[in-house]
Amino acid sequence: MSVLVFAETENGIFKKSSLEAISYGKETAGRLGTNCVAAVLGSLSSDQGARAAQAGADRLVHDASNAWNTFTPEGFAGALSSIALNQECTTVILSNTYAGKSVGPRLAVRLGASMVSGVISVPETGSGFSVQKTCYSNKAIAKVEIQNPKRVLAIVPNSYEVKSLNAAGELAGFQAEEVQNFTQVKEVSKITGKIPLTEAEVVVSAGRGLKGPENWGMIEELADLLKAATACSKPVSDMDWRPHSEHVGQTGITIKPNLYIAVGISGAIQHLAGVGSSKVICVINTDPEAPFFKAADYGIVGDAFDVVPKLLKRAKEVLSEN
Amino acid sequence: MKILVCLSVVPDTTTKISFTDANTRFNKEGVQYIINPYDELALTRALEIAEANAGSTVTVIHVGQADSEAVIRKALAIGADDAIRIDAEAQDALHAASEIAAAVKDKGYDLILCGRESIDYNGGLLAGMLAEMLGMASVNVVTKLELNGNVITATRDIDGGRETVEVNLPAVVSAQKELCEPRIPNMRGIMMARTKPLQVLAASGASAGLAYASYELPASKSAVQMIPADQAETLIDILHFEKKLI
Repeated sequence: MSVLVFAETENGIFKKSSLEAISYGKETAGRLGTNCVAAVLGSLSSDQGARAAQAGADRLVHDASNAWNTFTPEGFAGALSSIALNQECTTVILSNTYAGKSVGPRLAVRLGASMVSGVISVPETGSGFSVQKTCYSNKAIAKVEIQNPKRVLAIVPNSYEVKSLNAAGELAGFQAEEVQNFTQVKEVSKITGKIPLTEAEVVVSAGRGLKGPENWGMIEELADLLKAATACSKPVSDMDWRPHSEHVGQTGITIKPNLYIAVGISGAIQHLAGVGSSKVICVINTDPEAPFFKAADYGIVGDAFDVVPKLLKRAKEVLSEN
Repeated sequence: MKILVCLSVVPDTTTKISFTDANTRFNKEGVQYIINPYDELALTRALEIAEANAGSTVTVIHVGQADSEAVIRKALAIGADDAIRIDAEAQDALHAASEIAAAVKDKGYDLILCGRESIDYNGGLLAGMLAEMLGMASVNVVTKLELNGNVITATRDIDGGRETVEVNLPAVVSAQKELCEPRIPNMRGIMMARTKPLQVLAASGASAGLAYASYELPASKSAVQMIPADQAETLIDILHFEKKLI
């Protein structure tokens, strides 16, 4: 009754969230007294097998068919379902990404499994099987007990640390049966080369306080220095100052970084819904009454154009000392 | 064209969330219930498509108890032709999807729309589950939806960007913000809603495989540590040397 982890890849390399899912899967497998199998669909660089093993995969099942280089929810659900049956897995772990949430539900139905998304902690297996997930748009946490012996869990990126085990693991090739294809992908447009927002441990975010899109240079510079991803509030995304994919909030993306630095964002409830789970929140705003200060760990009342350059200067000094 | 829109009924967005019965149940006292905002987008887009395709109908379906009917009637007021309530308390997405699939599988719906997720459970699972049960295509988190004959062209959000896909009907599509501007019921719609059919179906008895056992509110943060703007650099020092976050 192994644990199966769907480990997403980007250009043949595991995403950070996939390694987290593998490690989470390994921990879960340990608690269930079984082993952890990682499944990869599509191309995989030759050094990645070792990465999977170090993260906790006892076995890596790889279906290298070119068909998998195009994502379709039904195709991936079909392939993962045949791997799950082949490997006798009753628990499946995926990442709570757009891909994971479109495959997972179809996969769950194929396997007769119950699915929980937005999972933020390892299963408690002392009596039964339960996990915690966020609910009410991040305003509460629910404990969900899964009675169904078959489960699919989608775990939130950055909720579980990638392990670094001294393990070799096995690699097995696989050829999933074809399933009926419903979807024709016509066009994909992705912002590549930057740290994916949902995986970033540090995020530098800015809003209307920056006054115009031309002023984002210092935000991007700070993000580069801190090895952070950039994010933005809804108003500046709506005004096309920043790409839609940077919008974090209730109707945008939800993130859970270790550090969230917000510049010129007031911190309305809808914004907090997307970022409130961040471990440490720093707020820079000219308005001392900005609601964001109530949700912050550190706050600076000041003008972004005065404060951010100071942060940049100090960051350059301090971070290059290493 | 027969269009189906799946609705869930949720606490309105300004609700202060709290729990009762030793934190095992959501506290409904004083809470206003509304149609899940993403489902309203699905409904609006369904009505737009129906209007562009003469002879189409839009049916709304909901898994829930009698106290949801007032909210379902709002969907009729917005313009749906009829409503179905499956008499069961939805336990989870798999349960709701099973009930809906059982009720609609031989009814020949061409297009099924729902919201990308409900704002209370944030599951995002219904569309995919329903599509798999009914043997249809699913397209999640759609920001643009066009229909040409039998083919849907949809733009959806993906990790790091967007993609455009084509699928043939029948299909299940989940609505994301930007899909359209939600319609507001007008007086005529509200009057007509009372006479439109709201059929109640018995539950098929699908079982739920999970239960929401308890809830907690996130730990509140301790008071913010303010740093004067003229000493802004200390924030970097704290984050690097003390918190080791950068």
